[in-house]
Amino acid sequence: MTGIDWLILFLYFVFVLGIGVALRGRMKTSTDFFLAGRAIPAWVCGLAFLSANLGAQEVIGMGASGAKYGIATSHFYWIGAIPAMVFVGIFMMPFYYGSRARSVPEYLRLRFDEKTRGLNAISFAIMTVFSSGISMYAMAKLIQTLHVFDQPFHNVGVGPQWLFHIGILTSAVVVLVYILLGGLTSAIYNEVLQFFLIVAGFLPLSWLGLRNIAGWAGLKARLDPSFTHSWSGMGSPATNRLGVEWFGLVMGLGFVLSFGYWCTDFLVVQRAMAANSMSAARRTPLIGAFPKMLFPFLVILPGIIAVALPSPSATKTSAAAAVSPAHGLIPYKMDATTGAPVIDKNGVAQLDYDLAIPSMLLHYFPSGMLGLGITALLASFMSGMAGNVTAFNTVWTYDIYQSYIRPNATDQHYLWMGRAATVFGIAFSVAAAYMANRFNNIMDMLQLVFAFVNAPLFATFLLGMFWKRTTGHAAFSGLLAGTTAAAVHHSLTLPAGAVPGIKGGWMAVLHTYPSEMAQNFWTAIFAWTTCFLVTIFVSLLTKAPEESKLVGLVYSLTPRPKEESMAWYLKPASLALIVLVGTALLNFIFW
Amino acid sequence: MDIRLPIGILFSVLGCILAAYGLLGDPSRYRQSLGININLQWGTVLLVFGLGMFLLGKRGMRSAKREHAARSSELSLKK
Repeated sequence: MTGIDWLILFLYFVFVLGIGVALRGRMKTSTDFFLAGRAIPAWVCGLAFLSANLGAQEVIGMGASGAKYGIATSHFYWIGAIPAMVFVGIFMMPFYYGSRARSVPEYLRLRFDEKTRGLNAISFAIMTVFSSGISMYAMAKLIQTLHVFDQPFHNVGVGPQWLFHIGILTSAVVVLVYILLGGLTSAIYNEVLQFFLIVAGFLPLSWLGLRNIAGWAGLKARLDPSFTHSWSGMGSPATNRLGVEWFGLVMGLGFVLSFGYWCTDFLVVQRAMAANSMSAARRTPLIGAFPKMLFPFLVILPGIIAVALPSPSATKTSAAAAVSPAHGLIPYKMDATTGAPVIDKNGVAQLDYDLAIPSMLLHYFPSGMLGLGITALLASFMSGMAGNVTAFNTVWTYDIYQSYIRPNATDQHYLWMGRAATVFGIAFSVAAAYMANRFNNIMDMLQLVFAFVNAPLFATFLLGMFWKRTTGHAAFSGLLAGTTAAAVHHSLTLPAGAVPGIKGGWMAVLHTYPSEMAQNFWTAIFAWTTCFLVTIFVSLLTKAPEESKLVGLVYSLTPRPKEESMAWYLKPASLALIVLVGTALLNFIFW
Repeated sequence: MDIRLPIGILFSVLGCILAAYGLLGDPSRYRQSLGININLQWGTVLLVFGLGMFLLGKRGMRSAKREHAARSSELSLKK
């Protein structure tokens, strides 16, 4: 990093904090702080909806998957996001926004009962803190691995071993300051700024990479066809890189996991709830879907190019390690303690796919652009972190503190509590980041538990919103049964090549899946189906809820939202149609 | 505040810095970027984008002010 790169990074921090400072006078009520006063225009909410999800997992993880699985990673967008984003905008937003619920758990209380809300609020609050911590950990680890900051810090007498702590502390303080000052508005505005920065930092990477490799045709010529087709090998797990068949992919990823996340996760839904009207709230996920549809070209493509490029040093790194046939710019995964490459049980050196995008940045960008690229990377981490923190402070204050600890306090008190929750939410995230650094397995286990909790959620919402007979007891027991089914399925199955333990099979191994992804998708399918059936069964056994209490919460009892007079291209239905046709075309082009 | 204003300013400043660095800096560093002066080219794109956002933001602020004034006068008439 040279002076100009530091200047770009410095400007980014000044603007991010400056937005918080500019908004500080506006935070007068808890609605201003937690819901941005419900006054944000649709396009801003739409980009924030997308950006809140643009954390470490998105940029680094999708680049890594691109390098590992090729263009089939686009299933996480074209099947695993767009249809769900359209569904939440068209069908579910009228209930979230129209019910005037302040959060997703609060909707569950209005529709079902207190215990269903409590279950969702508590699991969500814990999950957001850990997700934010993992984002922070990933950022600090990346800063350490890239070595771009080593020299400047060395010059001021700070050793590289401190970079991890500096990375965590800096990101925590910056996010803390801008959320404390400007609440959700500040987080949303910064997410929009970060969205443009991420595009500005990564777009030239795809462009230079494609130019270098003679375009998509050149990429196809250099790689195995399985890298450049998204659907053609999906008939069987053995003929595609993901190791999963089309049904598991469409049902597990495209339906259960995708709808479960985009339609029920308060982290993203909160952005739409901040919109200035019902139609703006409905357009929020649809506007976000447009860039989302094109994101594979921004984050997956550089990963694929990184594998296709000739390797600068394609030599054996260890006598025991066989050299992978195609690894391009992807370096070997190094053991932090021994400094030697990590070897799998077949004696093959493992590649560090997480470094696909960072390696591309260092490969193509000279100083100047490098500063912009690194800033974009940091922006993505912070945006994901801030999304979690704002969702946490709202759920904590409204759904836990106001409901169970101190009801009937003044609005000013809840505003104060929201700020306090921001401070301790970030403090817990820092603790989680250090926990991830120390005990890698604990974080893996927590993520697994969260997956079990999340998998059945969409069945509860689907039945709750579209079947008026669904009862509170049924929703609660369905969620518990779905989570149990996920845990049982995981405990009885194992991905091929894995040993029983955290990867599954800890009770017995009744079935072996061809890949971990196939196991995850099928765990979700089992959880969802169990929750769906148990909720229907228990609903029929329990007393039907009073219909008068369900107006505005259930589809059949709610008047259809009237579309204000607006141009056709602003109507949610038109936007949905355009985005679905575009996605279908992309699937077809990269078939 | 219209978010397009700070975005416009930031991108204009970033664009100017990158373009100036591309114009004045050592051309040999662009071997890395396939001989393309990526700082100058992308800096110009960012500058144009930044100016566009800034102008849109300015227009948005003006129309928001007009709406606010119209609403206030409507309210005072009602009183």
